[in-house]
Amino acid sequence: MTRTHGGRLRRRGPGVPVALLLPAVLGLVFLVLPLVGLVARTPWADLPQRLAAPGVLTALRLSLLSATLATLLCLLLGVPLAWLLARVEFPGRRLVRALVTVPLVLPPVVGGVALLLVFGRRGLLGGWLDATFGITLPFTTAGVVLAEAFVAMPFLVIAVEGALRGADGRYEEAAATLGAGRWTTFTHVTLPLVAPGLAAGAVLCWARALGEFGATITFAGNYPGRTQTMPLAVYLALETDVQAAVVLSLVLLTVSVAILAGLRDRWITSP
Amino acid sequence: MRAAGRSRTVAVVAAVITALVALAGCGAGTTAGGGSTDGTVTVFAAASLTESFTRIGRDFEAAHPGTTVVLNFAGSAALAAQINQGAPADVFASAATRNMTTVAEAGNADGDPVVFVRNQLVVAVPRGNPQGVAGLADLARPGVKVALCAEQVPCGVAARTALDAASVALTPVTLEQDVRGALSKVRLGEVDAAIVYRTDALAATADVTAVEFPESARAVNDYPIVALRDAPNPDGARAFVAYVRSERGRAVLTGAGFQAP
Repeated sequence: MTRTHGGRLRRRGPGVPVALLLPAVLGLVFLVLPLVGLVARTPWADLPQRLAAPGVLTALRLSLLSATLATLLCLLLGVPLAWLLARVEFPGRRLVRALVTVPLVLPPVVGGVALLLVFGRRGLLGGWLDATFGITLPFTTAGVVLAEAFVAMPFLVIAVEGALRGADGRYEEAAATLGAGRWTTFTHVTLPLVAPGLAAGAVLCWARALGEFGATITFAGNYPGRTQTMPLAVYLALETDVQAAVVLSLVLLTVSVAILAGLRDRWITSP
Repeated sequence: MRAAGRSRTVAVVAAVITALVALAGCGAGTTAGGGSTDGTVTVFAAASLTESFTRIGRDFEAAHPGTTVVLNFAGSAALAAQINQGAPADVFASAATRNMTTVAEAGNADGDPVVFVRNQLVVAVPRGNPQGVAGLADLARPGVKVALCAEQVPCGVAARTALDAASVALTPVTLEQDVRGALSKVRLGEVDAAIVYRTDALAATADVTAVEFPESARAVNDYPIVALRDAPNPDGARAFVAYVRSERGRAVLTGAGFQAP
């Protein structure tokens, strides 16, 4: 009796109870099936012809460009922010951290409205920008970058902050003891230490920016070549030509999966 | 006993379906509770009919005690797709003949769709018309920011037709995904003008002024309505279509700025 019991335990191996395996597989199927559906419905025969359509490449180029610029902006502002949250004790830090992550859960269209109210032509800052410098952000590529950065930055901040908290602080202390200034310590010790986390955060941030729809169409509008990114093109294609929407979606899916899969190893080794 | 259980099951299933339909339409519908399944008329209507059909739905319920009208508002293309995928709807009112044709060609219309109203275009400008826009030609002036609908949606097609008829070439700053998107850019003050339907501009008189222009007569949009073949409530569907086309329904629609066909 005991032997059988023990044997069963051994046969099952450590940690694969059916009670977990079944929902796990269902979960996987649930996440992957829609992607399979997309691939299955792709009109492979006229795919090259559809991909060569002028609007597709324009939208793809704009998407790649704006997502990359948004990621750069996020790195520039987000890494110092993450450092601040991870390394500096200040009153209200928990509140600040909560505020930083709000765009994660905020419906993107709400983010777009908020951006309009601040950076729009009649917005808090936008009116001043327009009057003083003649800069208007809505309906420009810069507006797209801003909208994408708004929704994507929390991904970077969270990843980098996590990495910073996990990193061993003694290296930084050692560097300081050896006479390195704060900036040198940050650039030569801290940043290399959290490089994998930084890369993971940047990739997530880029992928989120690439898929951004709601804030972009609300804040930056939709104009081919200037503000029409791939997700906007997909949405509009759906109004007239489902096949075109499927092709555009497939392109976006391929680019996203390729990037995420390519950096998977660095991701896993991140602290 | 068994029959009672079964009818309860039916009621539960119907409630779930109704909830799903309301969810599928992004929840813009008015789901009045209560009433038996027989008394529910589910209407899929174009977003531009939101105000008028909400009113007509209430009037219809008052005229047919015990009846509940469930309204699902969305873009006509999205509604047509939902119907063709088997959404349990009784009536379809589309803002464009093209999307109605999609439904009819899939064999989902019960009889021939009828055009019940028409909608004309206007130029919506911020209240008081600060730029002094008097017609389409003014939209091409330098420094005037214009929002149009994308040509994939009906208001975009109509705007293009009108602009071509007026021989006006303009570069909009944005091509919005629907008429309300274009209108909201005016309301927010981000653009100086947008070409939208008269009904949408009239629904926003607090923020915008509607400027009529003669070329709009060349780009009139037809709104067809039809009872659906697989309607869960065929009698209710026919009654609702008749009510929309009746004197009283028509009064609500013309009051909102629609034109009689």
